[in-house]
Amino acid sequence: MWDYLVYFVNATVLAAALRMATPLIFTSLGGIFAERSGVINIGLEGMMLIGAFTGMLTSYFTGQPWLGLIGALIAGALMGLVHAVAAVTYKVNQVVSGTAINIFAVGVTVFLLRWIFDVAGTSPSVSRVPVVTIPLVNRIPVIGQIIGTHNIMVYLALVLVVIVHIFLFKTVWGLRLRSVGEHPKAADTVGIDVFLTRYLAVITSGALAGLGGAYLSIAHLSRFGDQMTAGRGFIALAAMIFGKWTPFGALGASLLFGFANAVQMRLQELGIPSQFVQMVPYILTMIALAGFIGRATPPKAIGKPYKKE
Amino acid sequence: MENILELKNITKRFPGVVANDNISLDIKAGEIHALVGENGSGKSTLMNILYGLYNADEGEIYLRGEKTRITEPKQAIDHGIGMVFQHFMLVEPLTVFENVILGSEPQKRGFIDFKGAEREVARLSKEYGLKVETKSRVEDISVGQQQRLEILKALYRKAEILILDEPTAVLTPQETDELFQVMRNLKEQGTTIIFISHKIREVMEISDRVSVLRRGKLVGTKNTSATSRPELAEMMVGREVLLEVEKEKAQPGEKIFSVSDLEVRDQRGTKRVKGVSLEIHSGEILGIAGVEGNGQQEMVEAITGLLRTEKGKIYLDGKELQNLGAMQVKKKRIGYIPEDRHKRGLILDFNVADNMILGFHTEPPFVQRFFIRNEKAIKENAEKLVEEYDVRPPNIQQQVSTFSGGNQQKIIAAREFSRKPRFLICSQPTRGLDIGSIEFIHSQIIDQRDKGAGILLVSAELDEILSLSDRIAVMYEGRIVGEMPIEEADEKKLGSLMLGGEAGEDKGGDEVEAGTK
Repeated sequence: MWDYLVYFVNATVLAAALRMATPLIFTSLGGIFAERSGVINIGLEGMMLIGAFTGMLTSYFTGQPWLGLIGALIAGALMGLVHAVAAVTYKVNQVVSGTAINIFAVGVTVFLLRWIFDVAGTSPSVSRVPVVTIPLVNRIPVIGQIIGTHNIMVYLALVLVVIVHIFLFKTVWGLRLRSVGEHPKAADTVGIDVFLTRYLAVITSGALAGLGGAYLSIAHLSRFGDQMTAGRGFIALAAMIFGKWTPFGALGASLLFGFANAVQMRLQELGIPSQFVQMVPYILTMIALAGFIGRATPPKAIGKPYKKE
Repeated sequence: MENILELKNITKRFPGVVANDNISLDIKAGEIHALVGENGSGKSTLMNILYGLYNADEGEIYLRGEKTRITEPKQAIDHGIGMVFQHFMLVEPLTVFENVILGSEPQKRGFIDFKGAEREVARLSKEYGLKVETKSRVEDISVGQQQRLEILKALYRKAEILILDEPTAVLTPQETDELFQVMRNLKEQGTTIIFISHKIREVMEISDRVSVLRRGKLVGTKNTSATSRPELAEMMVGREVLLEVEKEKAQPGEKIFSVSDLEVRDQRGTKRVKGVSLEIHSGEILGIAGVEGNGQQEMVEAITGLLRTEKGKIYLDGKELQNLGAMQVKKKRIGYIPEDRHKRGLILDFNVADNMILGFHTEPPFVQRFFIRNEKAIKENAEKLVEEYDVRPPNIQQQVSTFSGGNQQKIIAAREFSRKPRFLICSQPTRGLDIGSIEFIHSQIIDQRDKGAGILLVSAELDEILSLSDRIAVMYEGRIVGEMPIEEADEKKLGSLMLGGEAGEDKGGDEVEAGTK
């Protein structure tokens, strides 16, 4: 029994879980921004993919992976802007708008990859943001093995969780953002600009998803591949719901899903098909939505465009 | 006193209707100015223009003598105008305190200064006697508290002119008294209040001056002390109105309906009716008084077969009725005016003729052989009822959603009453209706009583209960906590029972006399 446990839960697996969780953390934080403001962002997957591509592209042409991150951030933000224009100004059904972005992202990245590099499937290798070791921490037994040495973006994701938490619950802007997602008319009557708030939230959402994508192409790996996000945007959405629309909740859910991903290799060795493990995030999310783990209450105004009379 | 606010020639058009037609209104500093009118007369539109939610098509606003443009709520707030909406503008999952400061947060470099703000809110709350638990979530506090919170919000933004849009619609009599006390306090401290209402009695009690709107036009402004209830009612409706319901003493016959030891759970599984027993005789009206949400709706829905009866019996003419299902209940000649006419009473997308046969649509003469509709019978039925019940416009092909609330209610009443019900359930029958329609519906209910129907009347409006009922029972937390003949009932006694107290126990607000009698 103990042997089995050690086989699945050991420092190597846990460190891998953290790496797998990182893109989910960025993107689910992005999801929180949009949905807390009342806009469904099912386009996270596409925004991630565009971010992954732009990160690779920028890194390729400049040789600067840091500029790649900025490029991914801007590209994601632009996709967020597109979603905001459709969902907030033109009051398009938000699921339709997000789905359109997902389809667009697949097409445009495949097309640009061939057009620019004349290759199919995988981009050339580019330079990536560095792996760092935290002094002292890496000397702690076990813990050091798990969190001591990682790509710098892993740490950035963890820091962002804290920042987003403080932003949402301690600052004026966070309070306003939450009020807009719950009762936009009430926010309007106390002088809060609902449209501006939603625009900024959805743009930020895209930027974070873009960073999540860039992690895949210029941090975890050093190249872009067709559809390399492989559903992570949707899993991030699930992590956001499972985490009840809070940053720390989303962190926990991302880690859990990352862990499921990390043990999947080992399960395969035992003859359990990987598809079973891939179902885990979705099953857990359904359980969360069904209300088995406390109530997962979404922001009240979610999905409803605000109309000024 | 000088004018703090002058509205000049305000006109606002919506597609197909002039909501405000050249309205000019002066508000004096420090007065309580009532704005009355029937539904759709343009009161709320005018105030929404003042608060910057709507923009007027024509006209000017002068604040403290200066011409002012208000196109956004923020500008209204900056000019010292506060508004408490009929449907509260509160963010429910946030705390009371967060709702107060929202949009005008005290901050230190972007971080909310919770401590400083909390002190300020506590100070205001004390100064104006507005008791609210600041740390609770809004969804957990009572409606009365939510309203105090709304007023607190306005005061926190330094409102000098406070607009209250139908503030008493959701309050119990005791809470209304408390609100009036708060309004008097505010007036003493120099706040100007615009009080929107369609309850003339309240206007007479609290206001200094009163302006009446009808169909978008200002009919006139009067000093409250120089006018009377009948005069205001006539100004509102445009003709003389009967304020008191005219009725003979009831002549109760045999017992036709009873409920014993009824227990009902709502859809979430919470027990809402906890052992209710009632008896109703033919030719009498039993009024159920109570603050909404004390099980009245669940009781009514169990009787009509919409909710399962968990325990207890329901009898009509000695036969058991519980858990038969809505269709079967309907066939027993039970008429039902539901609380929510949009959800339960009508199919809004259907026309008048089809709504007039709902529930009877499977019965002759409305169906022929092979389940084919008998269009001729349906049309004749509708035409007859539209005329009898004065539904306007009298177009039976028109979609019900395009009718006013009063006329929608007439359509329901026509359908239910025309089948000569043996037993009739009227749940909030005049909610949201204007005086003219209320008068009509009330006289129809009395008419049914005089024809021998037994009637169960559920209403949150004490005035309505007191003017229609022959006997009154009070419901509180799923139980009947008191029952009395109409002769022994008064507003104070009922109000106290409604809050779970004893009959006759004093719960404050003693300066207010029982109104209608």
